[in-house]
Amino acid sequence: MDTSRQAVAALALNRFGLGPRLGSIAAIAADPRGALLAELDRPNAGALPAAALASSAEAFRRVADANAERRARGIAMAKAEEAKRLAEPAMGEAPATAAPANMAAEVVPNPGRQIYLDEAKARIDAALASEIGLAERLVWFWSNHFCISADKIQSMSGAYEREAIRPFVLRPFRELLAAVESHPAMLFYLDNTVSMGPNSVAGLNRTRGLNENLAREILELHTLGVRTVYTQDDVIGFANVLTGWTLLPAGDNPEHGGEFTFNRRLHEPGPHVVLGKSYPEGGIEQGKAVLNDLAQHPATAKHVAAKLVRHFLADDPPPALVATLARTFQDTAGDLKEVMKVLISAPEALSLPPSKLRRPSEWVTAMVRAAGTTADPQRYTGGQATLGEPLWRPPSPKGHADDEAAWIDGMGQRLDIANTYAERIAGRVDPRVIMDSVLAGTLSETTTAVVGRAESRQQALALLFMSPEFQRR
Amino acid sequence: MASCRHLPSRRAALLGSGALFAWTQLPKLARAEGRDPRLVVIVLRGALDGLGAVAPVGDPDWIRLRGERALVLDGKPPALPLDSFFALNPAMPNLHRLYRAEQATIVHATATPYRERSHFDGQDVLESGFAKPGALDSGWLNRALLGLAPAGGVAPQDKRAFAVGPVTPLIVRGQAPVMSWSPQQLTPASDDTRARLLELYQHADPKLALALEGRIRLAALARGEGAAGNAAPLPPPGIERARASFAEAAGTAARYLARPDGPRIGAMGFVGWDTHVNEGAADGQLAGLLGALDGALAAMETNLGAAWQETVVVVTTEFGRTARINGSNGTDHGTGTVALLAGGALKGGRVLTDWPGLKSADLYEGRDLKPTIDLRAVLKGLLRDHLRVEEKALAASIFPDSSDVAATPGLLRSA
Repeated sequence: MDTSRQAVAALALNRFGLGPRLGSIAAIAADPRGALLAELDRPNAGALPAAALASSAEAFRRVADANAERRARGIAMAKAEEAKRLAEPAMGEAPATAAPANMAAEVVPNPGRQIYLDEAKARIDAALASEIGLAERLVWFWSNHFCISADKIQSMSGAYEREAIRPFVLRPFRELLAAVESHPAMLFYLDNTVSMGPNSVAGLNRTRGLNENLAREILELHTLGVRTVYTQDDVIGFANVLTGWTLLPAGDNPEHGGEFTFNRRLHEPGPHVVLGKSYPEGGIEQGKAVLNDLAQHPATAKHVAAKLVRHFLADDPPPALVATLARTFQDTAGDLKEVMKVLISAPEALSLPPSKLRRPSEWVTAMVRAAGTTADPQRYTGGQATLGEPLWRPPSPKGHADDEAAWIDGMGQRLDIANTYAERIAGRVDPRVIMDSVLAGTLSETTTAVVGRAESRQQALALLFMSPEFQRR
Repeated sequence: MASCRHLPSRRAALLGSGALFAWTQLPKLARAEGRDPRLVVIVLRGALDGLGAVAPVGDPDWIRLRGERALVLDGKPPALPLDSFFALNPAMPNLHRLYRAEQATIVHATATPYRERSHFDGQDVLESGFAKPGALDSGWLNRALLGLAPAGGVAPQDKRAFAVGPVTPLIVRGQAPVMSWSPQQLTPASDDTRARLLELYQHADPKLALALEGRIRLAALARGEGAAGNAAPLPPPGIERARASFAEAAGTAARYLARPDGPRIGAMGFVGWDTHVNEGAADGQLAGLLGALDGALAAMETNLGAAWQETVVVVTTEFGRTARINGSNGTDHGTGTVALLAGGALKGGRVLTDWPGLKSADLYEGRDLKPTIDLRAVLKGLLRDHLRVEEKALAASIFPDSSDVAATPGLLRSA
């Protein structure tokens, strides 16, 4: 096989996928671009094999039930403690034993952590099992674009991605947007569950009112982009529109608690103006109409196009390619599969030199795929956290950063992770096999020489995983 | 609604990777005067409610504005009086003690030049030092470093900033390279592996070489210190984790800054201040965070030892929050806020303000505390009088487009 073909195949796997596994390069070397396009057309691309994972609402209820039970046990234990104290007045001021709340916590542990780890395992397994990994990369991209945080809503963090992101990564953007903004996890994360119209039934009966958070982040981060066409008044108008988008409380609804609901009693009545257009009162339809218009807006097209090109190709995305993608977005009513096809078909896609520093998640996954080992979710998520990209825990609603400047100073941590991983696998993984077979000789002469001279298998593996060819895509 | 059972804020638990600091070389002109000044900038990400931190208890409109959620001198617990007009949130006894010892200064109704309400643009303006968002190449602290002399201990050859945590904040990005450090529980690569990798990078990828080199130098410094090695695991998400990680980051920074051969300038970011829901007042979410910040300041004072007398810590945030409470007992994104200065080098015990008032007509766009002091004036005053950064660099390269913003004089004992 000629070496330049292999190099293009490797670039395709690194840039648009999750990195080569044994045999990947040979499998697509005849037509790397065609292989990428074919993955887009695969039925159910992005879907996870139907696993025994709980829906977001089930997970939410399970955690809520455990919390309620823990509180109840705590109260019961405190009462028992109190009764005991009263029964033995002679003991006087005997020091309290272990606080009842702590005892209750031991008896009724929080199921949220295990739910998170089960979800993480399903996600990691999908990344390791995928042939190229383009659909998974899109899931990661959109999950970061529309991020929520497990720090605020751990129970739903994985199910959110399965329910609101995965089915829509190759669908029209408006479908993805509708799924995300009506998902309970997002409504909870960005405080819409506590927002009520000041003149709504609930708002007039209680002293609570509007919360701008979700409306602002949809405009700023999810659709139009910051400093584009909206004003503070648009944020307020849109926040009014979104009042009532909430979830069913878990406590009194064992069947449907934690699911989305439109609660008319919270909704600010009347028409509301967003971006100069008045949306008549229409309950949930009013919000859907605004989202639909935002999804079609030229500013959204530009924002999404620039983010996609920046993510896949370069920190400074070629402006002409961004414009082409934005035009495709508009011409196809935001069809994300068509947009990706145009991106992959662009000459730059497989000719621009690999300048992009892999994000920690991409790098760790590429390492495990190349070595052909499996991943323990606990260790894997721990490593991600150490590298500054904890799974489903972005630093803010903006998601994890997507440029080199944010990540390059973490190279020291990467080296220690690579070293630790190499130490663990050196007994069963041969660096030479990775170099010659998995990477099919696509490494530079310098890297090949440095890895070849290593003092041990462990050191060779660490150097290989840290090589520029393995860090950049 | 269920939100209170979860975290106080979506950002509060990210401190493991969110606490960052950076530093570099010695202020050479100040040293020529026989001083050895330290400067630390703390960025509170998420937008601090300045009125919730330092309340204008003497303003006749204050109670009307915040009602039951107004900090007051006869509250439970009572706010800590600063002067006849302002009082500090009771969660900050250390800052109050420093203020009374003339080692803390409050700047009130201040803001960067940014007037929109995006966190991320707001932080970019605060950190870049540019008047408008979008300039992402370098931060003002990094550019201020370029005029100073190299610090022997950390970076004998070049000018280098330092960051804790794997993600580098904009404030220290730039031409002066950045070193990073974060708590470790891994098997670190051997010196030999590092050297081999460095050689490979030097041949193949100079940018990666630079990043790795910084890390290696820092490891050597930490080894000499022995203190920065093993961090206790973070407690579970919530205010306890905030308290632990603020204190750990600040305390570690202070230990480095205290060393004779250590760095002199650093920065770190604390997250979690976006109090949209159930912010609280004298207790609750904001008070918890302010308490954690107060603990971090105390940790710095303790670990700096004698060097505290030559230190200024600046606490800033991207913008303030709405003057009124929102519909969910929190506050939404606003404009004017406070900056908190602490350190033995200050001529403290003062609240610097040109108070804008709290009547509806006084508020910015009818909703936010109106900023009357440009934050850049204060930062310029500190850079000029504490570190002796040259005046012309301040307006030319460090805070471009700020020639109409005069440096605040007299912030320091020495100047």
